[in-house]
Amino acid sequence: MAKITLAKGLNMGLRKAMEDDPKVLIMGEDVGKLGGVFRITDGLQKDFGEDRVIDSPLAESGIVGTAVGMALRGYRPVVEIQFDGFVYPAYDQIVCQVAKMTFRSQGKSKMPMVIRIPFGGGIGAVEHHSESPEAQFAHTPGLKVVACSNPVDGYWMIQQAIACDDPVIFLEPKRQYHADKLELDESATPDPLFTARTVRAGSDVTVLAYGPTVKTALKAAEAAANEGKSLEVIDLRTLSPLDMKPVYESVRRTGRVVVTHEAHVNLGMGSELSARITEECFYSLEAPVLRVGGFDTPYPPSRIEEEWLPDLDRVLDAVDRSLEF
Amino acid sequence: MSDPAVNTGGFGPDLVEVFGPSQQDGGPELVQLLTPEGERVHHPEFDHDFSAEELRGFYRDMVLTRRIDTEATALQRHGELGIWAQLLGQEAAQIGAGRALRPQDYVFPTYREHGVAYCRGIDPLDLLGLFRGVDQGAWDPAEKNFGLYTIVIGAQVLHGVGYAMGIQRDGAVGTGDPDRDAAVIAHFGDGASSQGDVNEGFIFAASYNAPVVFFCQNNQWAISEPIERQSRIPLYQRALGFGFPGVRVDGNDVLATYAVTKAALQRARDGQGPTFVEAYTYRMGAHTTTDDPTRYRLSDDVEHWKLKDPIERLKVYLRRNGLVDQAFFDDLDAEAKELGHHLREGCKALPDPEPMSVFDHVYTEMTDELAAQRDGYAAYLASFEGSDH
Repeated sequence: MAKITLAKGLNMGLRKAMEDDPKVLIMGEDVGKLGGVFRITDGLQKDFGEDRVIDSPLAESGIVGTAVGMALRGYRPVVEIQFDGFVYPAYDQIVCQVAKMTFRSQGKSKMPMVIRIPFGGGIGAVEHHSESPEAQFAHTPGLKVVACSNPVDGYWMIQQAIACDDPVIFLEPKRQYHADKLELDESATPDPLFTARTVRAGSDVTVLAYGPTVKTALKAAEAAANEGKSLEVIDLRTLSPLDMKPVYESVRRTGRVVVTHEAHVNLGMGSELSARITEECFYSLEAPVLRVGGFDTPYPPSRIEEEWLPDLDRVLDAVDRSLEF
Repeated sequence: MSDPAVNTGGFGPDLVEVFGPSQQDGGPELVQLLTPEGERVHHPEFDHDFSAEELRGFYRDMVLTRRIDTEATALQRHGELGIWAQLLGQEAAQIGAGRALRPQDYVFPTYREHGVAYCRGIDPLDLLGLFRGVDQGAWDPAEKNFGLYTIVIGAQVLHGVGYAMGIQRDGAVGTGDPDRDAAVIAHFGDGASSQGDVNEGFIFAASYNAPVVFFCQNNQWAISEPIERQSRIPLYQRALGFGFPGVRVDGNDVLATYAVTKAALQRARDGQGPTFVEAYTYRMGAHTTTDDPTRYRLSDDVEHWKLKDPIERLKVYLRRNGLVDQAFFDDLDAEAKELGHHLREGCKALPDPEPMSVFDHVYTEMTDELAAQRDGYAAYLASFEGSDH
């Protein structure tokens, strides 16, 4: 079995989806000859042609808006937003049109569209290149929102998102694109798309993470283990809908929860997770649900981003506060 | 603020001098086949040999479209509709455009395309649901090849361009098969011409040579803002800057609108790319039934446009040329009355949606978390059963 990066996993998944269904189209800025600025669509235009891998004019609302029309014509567009901070020109089309089309038409029209967004920081980029806008989309009924965290999930989840008849916001932790490699078994049966996964079993504190912070949480769990603390880490994978069953099951055992994401904590995913856990597991909780995330400031200049981003130490600090509560 | 038209100082010619002001009773390049006085005139590029049956058909379509508008406006006044977007005065623009379509063409409308919807065979009663608040569009877009009404100004223009790109990928452009080759018509107004989505639509369509006709009904008003607030040059001239042709047609002349739109659609189906059609018309009514145009425009202006009424000019032409008799008008009158009855009675009978139905169709399959919310609400409602509340 080959070991692959997240970038390769996504690339292979896109290729497989295009082979399986001739209605799958890719559109975005620089996705053709260049293969995307992160090379996720590398080689696809060469093999599938310019009609299926479409270099678009530089206009995000135009990309998503025309993809709506393609979906109405029976295609399954996969659009690439080059960076998280550039999704906002398309926000109106995503929220007012993409998200509502099925509802407005009472199910007569569908929007089988995937909007891929490289998200998160840690790559030393200039402003608008390191953001985490997931809560804005998870707050929008009609959209589904998922975040992959590793190469194998990247391979399967992108195919599953493309096969979904609802619009999916597909978040890719850009910091991980070319980082760790994992072995991919293409003959395996993947978990369903809209499910969370326990990636490390533990008994003292439940740590919830997704996308780039899964790795942070796993490192924290390793460090905590050296101090005799047992952390259970759950990779949420799906942010809308949320898969709360494994979370509740875990919290009922540990009684303590730390949520970590790069997005600002105020009204971030951690807020919703905290509310739901409190509603469902109130009598199991030994401590309040704690959130470790980006501060409620604009994303900082990159020289101080590692201080701003939640890291191993801040997760462990929250774990300690939870245990000492 | 200085007038940029005065001295261009090396930046080329004075544009207002080149184009003329955006309003000038349509300007010299206005394509017209039937004058406001009902006189048939000819045009070197856009002429068409209309049969008597076609002409009577246009007249009937416009009269019935006006009836839909009149009835819906009255239904709003009676409290049966929350709001209505009136098309009074724009019947020729919509019927001309609507009748130029082939069945395989696809329409992306604004929320005012009642005449085009009628041409697509949509029951006018289905147009009322959105304005009554019982649904958000009752027709099947794929069955009628007519998209849902779009409220966010200009958003549908991009959808039209994307759909046209899909037509290209289906190989349904430029084959020469009249039953296969298809085009899109994307409707919008003068106000929408300022929207980013509309301009991005122009760019995408030009870039991919998409089979789309941009049909702009310039009715001179974006609620209270006159066309001068949107553009210093005639709108159709903008097309050139995007790289495709633009035409200004008399939007109160159903013959000219039909001929120009038909030619533009054929251009698209043949694979020659997008066209901008500016149908120069006037919004005789209010923006919607909640608007009060007396606050921002002169009644003189409205009176001036009354003389250009799209229905009257065709009536004069039909009568003068002996193409109709009294029985035609009597029959049409009866048909319009029947349509009015259908709308009045049908509207009042439209059922309110079931409150629980709001959970349906948010997704193609209901998610577990939404089902839980629905069930919680159902249990809450059930808790009142047998009580006085």
